[in-house]
Amino acid sequence: MSISLSNISKSYKKVKAVQDISFDVNPGELFGLIGPDGAGKTTIFRILTTLLIADEGRATIAGFDVVKDYKAIRNSVGYMPGRFSLYQDLTVEENLTFFATIFGTTIEENYDLIEDIYVQIEPFKNRRAGKLSGGMKQKLALSCALIHKPKVLFLDEPTTGVDPVSRKEFWEMLKRLQKKGITILVSTPYMDEAALCDRIALIQGGEILEIDTPDAIVSEFPKTIYNVGADNMYKLIQSLQQYEHVYSVFPFGEFVHYTDKRDSFEMADLQSYLEKEGLADISIETAKPNIEDAFMELAR
Amino acid sequence: MKRFIGFIKKEFYHIFRDRRSLFILFGMPIAQILLFGFAITNEINNVDIAILDHSKDASTEEIINKISASKYFTIKQMIANEAEIEPAFKKGKIKAVLNFEKDFSKNIIKERKATIQIITDATDPNTANSITNYVNSILQNYQQSENKSIQIDYQIIPQTRMVYNTELKSVFMFVPGVMTIILMLVSAMMTSISITREKELGTMEILLVSPLKPFQVIIGKVVPYIFLSVINAIVIVVLSIFIFKMPVQGSLLLLGLESVLFIITSLALGILISTIAETQQAAMMISLMGLMLPVILLSGFIFPISSMPVPLQIISNIIPAKWFIIIIKGIMLKGVGMAFIWKETLILIGMTLFFIGLSVKKYKIRLE
Repeated sequence: MSISLSNISKSYKKVKAVQDISFDVNPGELFGLIGPDGAGKTTIFRILTTLLIADEGRATIAGFDVVKDYKAIRNSVGYMPGRFSLYQDLTVEENLTFFATIFGTTIEENYDLIEDIYVQIEPFKNRRAGKLSGGMKQKLALSCALIHKPKVLFLDEPTTGVDPVSRKEFWEMLKRLQKKGITILVSTPYMDEAALCDRIALIQGGEILEIDTPDAIVSEFPKTIYNVGADNMYKLIQSLQQYEHVYSVFPFGEFVHYTDKRDSFEMADLQSYLEKEGLADISIETAKPNIEDAFMELAR
Repeated sequence: MKRFIGFIKKEFYHIFRDRRSLFILFGMPIAQILLFGFAITNEINNVDIAILDHSKDASTEEIINKISASKYFTIKQMIANEAEIEPAFKKGKIKAVLNFEKDFSKNIIKERKATIQIITDATDPNTANSITNYVNSILQNYQQSENKSIQIDYQIIPQTRMVYNTELKSVFMFVPGVMTIILMLVSAMMTSISITREKELGTMEILLVSPLKPFQVIIGKVVPYIFLSVINAIVIVVLSIFIFKMPVQGSLLLLGLESVLFIITSLALGILISTIAETQQAAMMISLMGLMLPVILLSGFIFPISSMPVPLQIISNIIPAKWFIIIIKGIMLKGVGMAFIWKETLILIGMTLFFIGLSVKKYKIRLE
């Protein structure tokens, strides 16, 4: 089943949440909406899951219109909202049974689909959902969203607030689900997760900046990136920002990603400039751009 | 249907796991009935009074004896002169002073008229009123027994007889009122809270994006509370029959059916509230302010509707509780059947259908 949006706009009172959004997700694709908080990701999800009506534009899921045919869509999609939205006072098993029942199925019937995920939380099946850890909550929420064998899965920031190990596991699960033919639309504010999608849409301020495969987006990055390190991070950033040929400076872990305005950049020039600024232990080397660099560049 | 049962099962989990609400749910009716039954009454019993007797003759003595013999009054103090009246009240124990004029017996015989002044502490007007009435009736009683010996041309003797609540027990008046409040509160507040909780916790979002139909969600929310409210109604009736010896004159079955009708009315109101309120707190405030106050003040539970100003009398008509109180008072105290309360029943049914229709129309199938 495919997802298609054309020229979707939506405002809340005077605030424009999303503007003129168009993209298509192919059947079986793992498509990522990448953008910071407040970019309009949740609004797009709610429009696609028939919870909101767009002010303008049209959206379809497997050919069903999200406004007219909302009943058909509600039967066949799985939705995992950004906020943990299961019943905290019900146990793991009760939650799953409840969602299976309201979709007219049973846990046993679709167990193969959720097995990988559910075995990890099964030891805690008699624990109340509210008492689970963040990662386990997400696994339970995913199991609940999957229990009726949806053809399309909507995951709104499924890994926000989840530890790195669980995040990695979560994405591995998504890959496995994709192999079973489920179309997945996932949103995340984490740029490193973008690389795991087939295609991504970079979104900011309610507008789409770019839609492509992660590799293509990275390879289109117009500048060379230099990984700069020194003993004093704060001073390093300040000095780089004051450098006369600076194009962009972004802290990136224990290094700074630096790009230069000039085409003919000499590492030695920068090195001597930084030394003059009183920095020590200076290292400069070229680095491969990543999605975050691309996003920052597009968002400029 | 299986989906629906699954949903109801989930609702029961919510209810039984929330111990505090469950305690309120069943503790409240019992506490209220006992409070209203034992503590808050209009009856007077053993009221302390003082006597100021200027004549101290045979007649006053007999009247005083009659008064102290009644269970309503206890003579606490004999006062010697007018100056002591005020201090006696100020001490707070004395609720009334009877002041017999000088030469009481003589005046009766000579002028065929004697005066007693009844001074009451009207800080509590209801009690003051009752005291005056009770004293009056004792005096009348005395007069009649005296007059037997004397021939008068004619005499009007009013014979009052209280019907339906012959003992004037206020608990009989409160039980229908309390039952109404409890059913209203449990049904309307609890359902509106439980629906808004889904909105607040975000689970409504998932329920909407599921094949569950709106009416299934609503009915699923309502069914458990019908069940709980019926239990509450039974508890209230059983308590009032066994603890307060309240007679249920009419048919218990009819009482039960009418209660179920009123429960459904309240639930419909609860659903309506939940379509307006976005948070549990808002739902609770609307239920308390919008339902409790009118039920207590305008339903005829505490203040008789007939003595309200006309605009309030008109407003009282739109309060479902008013009609329910008429119905259950009729069944419990007068023992009437459907023939006498069909009009009120129809009004309640009409209101219920109206509320349900309105809430189905207002129920959002989307988030906004």
